[in-house]
Amino acid sequence: MAPLKLYGMPLSPNVVRVATVLNEKGLDFEIIPVDLTTGAHKQPDFLALNPFGQIPALVDGDEVLYESRAINRYIATKYASSGAALLPATPSAKLEVWLEVESHHFYPNASPLVFQLVFRPLFGGSPDPVVVDKHAHELAKVLDVYEAHLAQNKYLAGDQFTLADANHASYLLYLTKTPKAGLVNDRPHVKAWWEDIAARPAFQKTAAALPLPPPPSA
Amino acid sequence: MATPAVKVYGWAISPFVSRALLALEEAGVDYELVPMSRQAGDHHRPEHLARNPFGKVPVLEDGDVTLFESRAIARHVLRKHKPELLGTSSLEQAAMVDIWLEVEAHQLSPAAIAIVVECIFASFLGRERNQATVDENVEKLKKVLEVYEARLNQSRYLAGDFLSVADLSPFTIMHYFMATEYATLVEALPHVNAWWEGLAARPAAKKVAEFMPVDALESPKKQE
Repeated sequence: MAPLKLYGMPLSPNVVRVATVLNEKGLDFEIIPVDLTTGAHKQPDFLALNPFGQIPALVDGDEVLYESRAINRYIATKYASSGAALLPATPSAKLEVWLEVESHHFYPNASPLVFQLVFRPLFGGSPDPVVVDKHAHELAKVLDVYEAHLAQNKYLAGDQFTLADANHASYLLYLTKTPKAGLVNDRPHVKAWWEDIAARPAFQKTAAALPLPPPPSA
Repeated sequence: MATPAVKVYGWAISPFVSRALLALEEAGVDYELVPMSRQAGDHHRPEHLARNPFGKVPVLEDGDVTLFESRAIARHVLRKHKPELLGTSSLEQAAMVDIWLEVEAHQLSPAAIAIVVECIFASFLGRERNQATVDENVEKLKKVLEVYEARLNQSRYLAGDFLSVADLSPFTIMHYFMATEYATLVEALPHVNAWWEGLAARPAAKKVAEFMPVDALESPKKQE
């Protein structure tokens, strides 16, 4: 089977969201670079894959998909019998709820934080403290809910690691590399959940492949 | 008469609550709407936080299952009662439904909601409309609607030639949007306009539209 093609910048957390699931499934894939800094995502070649001009896009044979969460649900469904089972055989209301919680409570705050604290410096800028403070404050409230939930549940949907947990991994990874890592690490159940995800062999493979610059020396 | 097994908690004037109601109406499921008062802060009370720790509406109780997040509720209801609206007959159809549901959630709705909040809800919330916010989001929405136009030129509905939750999900927010002066953005695009009119003509959509009277928002005194 030809490797799947994942289009995007390897460091983009939305691209890494898909890479996370591809690795959990043990699937062969290659990242085809789409350089946002040169506007490649707005060129006709890429718009033919995603008319909204955003990364990632995934090509699997004749299938062309975009929107990382839709891509992940597709992979988890099509390759259900490969690697980790990310979607239960019986549909789970709790799983559907926490997939949406990631999308509408966690991501809207984690994304601007990671952009300000990780990506602006990477491209020679500096974080906007107003944006950082606003989203750190909001994410703290969200993660308080996660803390209470994870005190009762090993994973977001219950006893098993699922797509709901996997969809958080890329932003958790980046967040814990920033000065706002305390949002995760100061909450014992959230921290334990993150460490469990980080220890998964498939996720270690995903993280190791990221072309991150070395941390600044002390 | 038996009490419906399904309860929805919230205020139906909310496009999020009404999204859940639309799914129930399309699925032909009996439900009880348990009214809550936003002004009285019902969503912050312990009994509601026990249902939804994020303190939002809607919440759906279906027997012993409780869900929140309107799109999760819609998926649950439709999977149980009308799975064809999730495209479950094939992997490819389901993927197209999921893509266009994500597009609604992350591209269309944020821009449409921002415009609706400024144009319809701002005075109700006791503040002036922020025209800069409107202008910024009108530009974003225009670009998104152009992609919808191209898509609906190729297929009857968003996920293909079959109606799905990807078409239904934007209805409630678009209902408010189409009451603003920016409805012209939709009217200018023949396929989007035809798609919109088709949705609005559906009996389930008409029923749910009754819960969201736009003119009730012009006078705060009319609220509860």
